Amino acid sequence: MYDEDFLDFEQPVIELKKKFDSFLNENPNQHEKNNDLKKKIDDILKKIYSNLTPWQKVQVARHPKRPHTIDYIENLITDFIPLSGDKKYAEDKSIISGIGTFEKRSIMVIGTEKGNSTETRIKHNFGMAKPEGYRKVQRLYRLADKFNLPILTFVDTAGAFPGKEAEERGQSEAIANSISVSLNIKTPIISTIIGEGGSGGAIALATADKVLMLENSVYSVISPEGCASILWRDPNMVKQAANALNLTASNCSRLGVIDEIIPELPGGAHRNYNQTFVDVKKSINNNLQELLKINEEDLVSLRNEKYLNITSNLNQLP
Amino acid sequence: MNWLTNFVRPKIRALVGKRDIPENLWQSCPNCEKMIHHKDLVENLYICNQCNYHFRLDPTTRLNILFGKEEYNIIEIKNSFDDPLKFKDKKSYINRLKEYRKKTSHNDALSFASGNIENEKVIVGVLNFNFMGGSMGNAVGESFVKGVQLSLKEKTPFIIFTASGGARMQEGIISLMQMPRTVAATEILKKNAIPYIVILTNPTTGGVTASFAMLGDVTIAESGSIIGFAGKRVIQDTIREKLPDDFQTAEYLKTHGMVDIVINRKELKSTLSSIIKHLKNN
Repeated sequence: MYDEDFLDFEQPVIELKKKFDSFLNENPNQHEKNNDLKKKIDDILKKIYSNLTPWQKVQVARHPKRPHTIDYIENLITDFIPLSGDKKYAEDKSIISGIGTFEKRSIMVIGTEKGNSTETRIKHNFGMAKPEGYRKVQRLYRLADKFNLPILTFVDTAGAFPGKEAEERGQSEAIANSISVSLNIKTPIISTIIGEGGSGGAIALATADKVLMLENSVYSVISPEGCASILWRDPNMVKQAANALNLTASNCSRLGVIDEIIPELPGGAHRNYNQTFVDVKKSINNNLQELLKINEEDLVSLRNEKYLNITSNLNQLP
Repeated sequence: MNWLTNFVRPKIRALVGKRDIPENLWQSCPNCEKMIHHKDLVENLYICNQCNYHFRLDPTTRLNILFGKEEYNIIEIKNSFDDPLKFKDKKSYINRLKEYRKKTSHNDALSFASGNIENEKVIVGVLNFNFMGGSMGNAVGESFVKGVQLSLKEKTPFIIFTASGGARMQEGIISLMQMPRTVAATEILKKNAIPYIVILTNPTTGGVTASFAMLGDVTIAESGSIIGFAGKRVIQDTIREKLPDDFQTAEYLKTHGMVDIVINRKELKSTLSSIIKHLKNN
C-alpha cells in the first residue's frame, strides 16, 4: 500500500513508515503493535490529505503513480478495441482511444495518456497532443455520434504540445474544431479530469455534458509555474500562483465549471487504485444514466446553452 | 500550459508610453526603424511606407479605417461583473482593470460596432491588444456571445478583428471556459448561415486562436501578423532548435494552409465587401 514515491509534504509519514518497516523486520509476529503503527500512518495521511493546499494538490495530480487513462480503460472498460489515427496525417499516441463496453453498454472512450516510465512517457509525448491527436478525437466523436455511442473522456495533460510542426499543422484550428465538434454530438459526453487538466489541451477533450473531477485533480488555464513567472516574474511563487488560479476541484465546482467531484481516499488515488476505479465507475455511470434519459435534440441544445452561459452568473456566488 | 510565458509580459511592457502620440511627432517603425511622420502614417493607414510593417491599431482607429466616411455605431455591452476570483499577484486584478479602463477608455478588451460596408450592414468586433494584451476573460466571452446574438437578430454578417495574447490569467479557470463559450456562439452563426469572417491581426495567440479565431467561414490575416497557439520562445525552449525567421507570420500560416487570405490593410475593406456580397448573393 505504501510506495516509495513520497511527496515533500508527506515527511511525517516517511518517518513512521521507516519505523514501521524496521519494526516489522525485527518483530514479524507482533501483529497488534504492527496494526497500531499502520493505523497511525493512516491517521497521519488522513490528516495531511484533509488539508491539502492547492500547490500540494498540483503535486498529487502529477504524481507519477497516479492512475492514468490506460489504467481506467483497463479497469472500467471491457472488450476494449483501440482505434488509431486521424486518417489525415498520423497516429498521435498521447491520446488513447477506442470502443468498448462500460457497464454493459457500448461506448467510445478517449483520453490523454502521460506514460509512467521514461520509455512510455516518450512514447506518449508526456500526454501532450499534436493536431493529429485532436483530429483523431474529432473523427472518433463523429463515429460515436453516427453509431449512437456515449463518449467517455479522461483528461490528464499539461497541455497541447508546443512544437514547430504542431503549429504548422494547425494546433489552434485542431483544438478549436475539437470544441466545435463536441458541441454538435448527439450522444452523451462525460469528461473526467483524472490528473492535470491543462489549458487548451484539456478543454479540447472536456467540452462535455458532464465534467467530473477527482478530488485531487487540478484544472487550470496555465500551470502555476507559468503563471508565477509571467505575473510575479518569479518562478518561486508557484504556491501563490496555485492559490490564485482557483485550480482545485472544489474551486472549479464552486465556480460552476465542473459538475461533480469524485472523492479520493486519504493518501490519494495513487495509493488507492481499486477504490478509485470503483468510485469513478459509479460516478460516470450515475451521470450516464441521467443523460441517457434526455433526447438527442435536447442534449445538444442543453450542452450549447451550458457553455453559452457558463461563468455568466458568478456575481451571484455565495 | 505556459504559452503566455515571455510573450504577453514584454508586449504589455512595450505598450506603456506608446499611446496618444501628438500629430507633430515622428515615430519609428518597430520593424525597420525608419522614422515616419505621424501624418504620413495616418495617410498610409498605419503601414510603414518602407517595409510594409502594419502598425497595431486601437479599436477606434480600426473602426474609423474600416467604415471610412460612413457612420457607425458603437454597441455598448455592459459586463455583469469584475474580478470573480479576487485575483492578486504583485498588483490586484481589480486595480489593473481600473488602470486599463482609464488608459484605453474601454471597459474591456472586446468592443463592438455596427455599420455599413458598401451598403451591407455588418456587426464588427475588435479585440484591443492595448487592454491587457487583448486577453480573453469573462467580459470578452460575454461580449462575444452578445455580439453574435445581435448579429443573429439583425441577420447581419459577423466580422471580428483579433489581437490577443490568449487567455486572461487573472481569471484562472474562468478564462479557459471562454473558449467553449465563444465556440458555442460561433455555432449559432453556423446554424443560421450568417457569414462569419475573422481578420487575424498582430498578434493573435493562445486561447483566442484556439477557439473562435480559427472557426471563421473565411479567415483573413493582416500581412506580417504573428499568429499561433504557443509562443515562439516556449516552442524554442521545448524543441531546442532554431525556428525560421518568418515562423508564425501570416504568410507562413498561409503557406501551411491555415488562412485563406493574407492581406494588405489597404485592400481589406474592398475584399471584405466582395466576400460578404458573394456569401449573401444567392
